[in-house]
Amino acid sequence: MTAKTVAKPSHREVNGSAEISLNDVARSYAGRNGQVQALDGLSLHVGAGEVVAVVGPSGCGKSTLLELVCGLQSPDRGTVSAGPAVLMPQRDLLLPWACALDNAALPLRIAGMGRDQARDQARPLFEALGLEGFERSRPDELSGGMRQRVAFVRTLMSGKPILALDEPFAGLDALTRQDAQAWLVDALTAQPRTVLLVTHDVEEAVVLADRVVVLSPRPGHQIAALPIALQRPRKRTDPALVALREEALIALGVDR
Amino acid sequence: MRAFLLALVLLVAWQAYAKLGGIDDFLLPAPTEIATAMFDDAGLLWSDFQVTAAEVLLGILVAIFLGVACALSIHLSQTLRQTVYPLLIASQTIPIVIIAPLLVAWLGYDLAPKLAIIALVCFFPVTVTALDGLRSVDPEVRKLMRTLDASRLEVLRRVELPWALPAIFSGARIAVTVAVIAAVLAEQAGSSRGLGHLILQAIPQFETARAYAAVVILAAFAVVLFSLLTAAERLALPWAHRSQVEGERS
Ligand SMILES: Nc1ncnc2c1ncn2[C@@H]1O[C@H](COP(=O)(O)OP(=O)(O)OP(=O)(O)O)[C@@H](O)[C@H]1O
Ligand SMILES: [Mg+2]
Repeated sequence: MTAKTVAKPSHREVNGSAEISLNDVARSYAGRNGQVQALDGLSLHVGAGEVVAVVGPSGCGKSTLLELVCGLQSPDRGTVSAGPAVLMPQRDLLLPWACALDNAALPLRIAGMGRDQARDQARPLFEALGLEGFERSRPDELSGGMRQRVAFVRTLMSGKPILALDEPFAGLDALTRQDAQAWLVDALTAQPRTVLLVTHDVEEAVVLADRVVVLSPRPGHQIAALPIALQRPRKRTDPALVALREEALIALGVDR
Repeated sequence: MRAFLLALVLLVAWQAYAKLGGIDDFLLPAPTEIATAMFDDAGLLWSDFQVTAAEVLLGILVAIFLGVACALSIHLSQTLRQTVYPLLIASQTIPIVIIAPLLVAWLGYDLAPKLAIIALVCFFPVTVTALDGLRSVDPEVRKLMRTLDASRLEVLRRVELPWALPAIFSGARIAVTVAVIAAVLAEQAGSSRGLGHLILQAIPQFETARAYAAVVILAAFAVVLFSLLTAAERLALPWAHRSQVEGERS
């Protein structure tokens, strides 16, 4: 029992920067049917303030990558170094007993701030994302898109320079998702952060990111990187963007 | 409503069996006789009820407090989980009926031994359900709290405790029903007041109907406490019930 709780030597270095750097990283899990190699030979560098989208087939280790960056796991091989990072999981994971504003202000409360002060600090961003009037609503009284926004405010309120977003909009319908992408762009324009965004949606990747990284099937490693040098806000119908989307799909091995 | 109908049917059957089945009144009084006893002995029953009710209420409070405290310490310390938990489980095999008179002899004739017995019987369901509740936190939420740099105490305060509250309420509801039995046992082991004492006196005096009346009052008391707890939970933890209400609607 006690032997298991001894942490393996961590290869993750936390530095004060807003950069992410992974070097020849491997990570496997001991599953019921033997060892599962999730990542193998993954190298990735994300500069400060850069928005990098990661796409790849299901099970290729994208969530594992984010957990490595956030220090929730350590690699079996290779090195991970990153500044302070916060994870926004795929499910919103709002606390069902707390109202929307308190959920958004949770990181401040954890950091020791009083309730009223924490609420006041969270309020401007809360309102900027169109949540005004829903401060006192419990999560089960909010729509899926609103819950996702609350979860995003919570992520930003942690104040960490690196955001690790795990398919943040996967659960939303097409219209709500476009709306969500728009507020993400707005929020990042107002408060630039380093973003590692995992998504299944190639269009979302090219709309949001400065660079799209394509991972191979498991064990995951980088097989393509597409710089997206388009001005924001971007139009989905822009031919340059459509062409990049096709390129990413081909890199993924998805035929038109 | 249906519960009332069922109770009515059972009462009628009981009445018919007691009256027509040729059973001696001292063995099985008919519901009408029990009702009469309840009316005739109302003063007596009421004063004894107050004693028992106070014991039960206090005992449950002590049990909830102890149960939650045990669950928290076991939850927070692996050492305690390995050392104390087996002892707590073992404590539940103590034959209360036999130990009760000893407790009375040790702690005296008044409230103390009753509280001890009720708490001994009732803290365990609270401990077990609270512990399950504390442990049932979604592992993803734990990860989230870690990336927000929450300390062990912050996780407990902001996530685990609220998460465990519905389970603690369930434990308290189970505790309520056994608390009544425990109170009667404790009073029979040595006491001059309370409904348990009244039952003990009534039976050798051939006042069986009065004893049954006391049992009916105790049962009603347990049902009322149980319902009050359910209502209190709905008021205090509305978030825990939303999905259930939706389930009923659809
Ligand atoms: N805790 C775990 N224990 C055992 N195997 C795991 C664990 N976590 C992940 N895996 C396995 O590792 C592989 C990569 O998992 P991961 O969740 O990182 O993939 P993913 O790319 O995020 O997948 P998806 O796109 O479906 O979310 C999968 O095959 C998964 O089954
Ligand atoms: Mg995933």
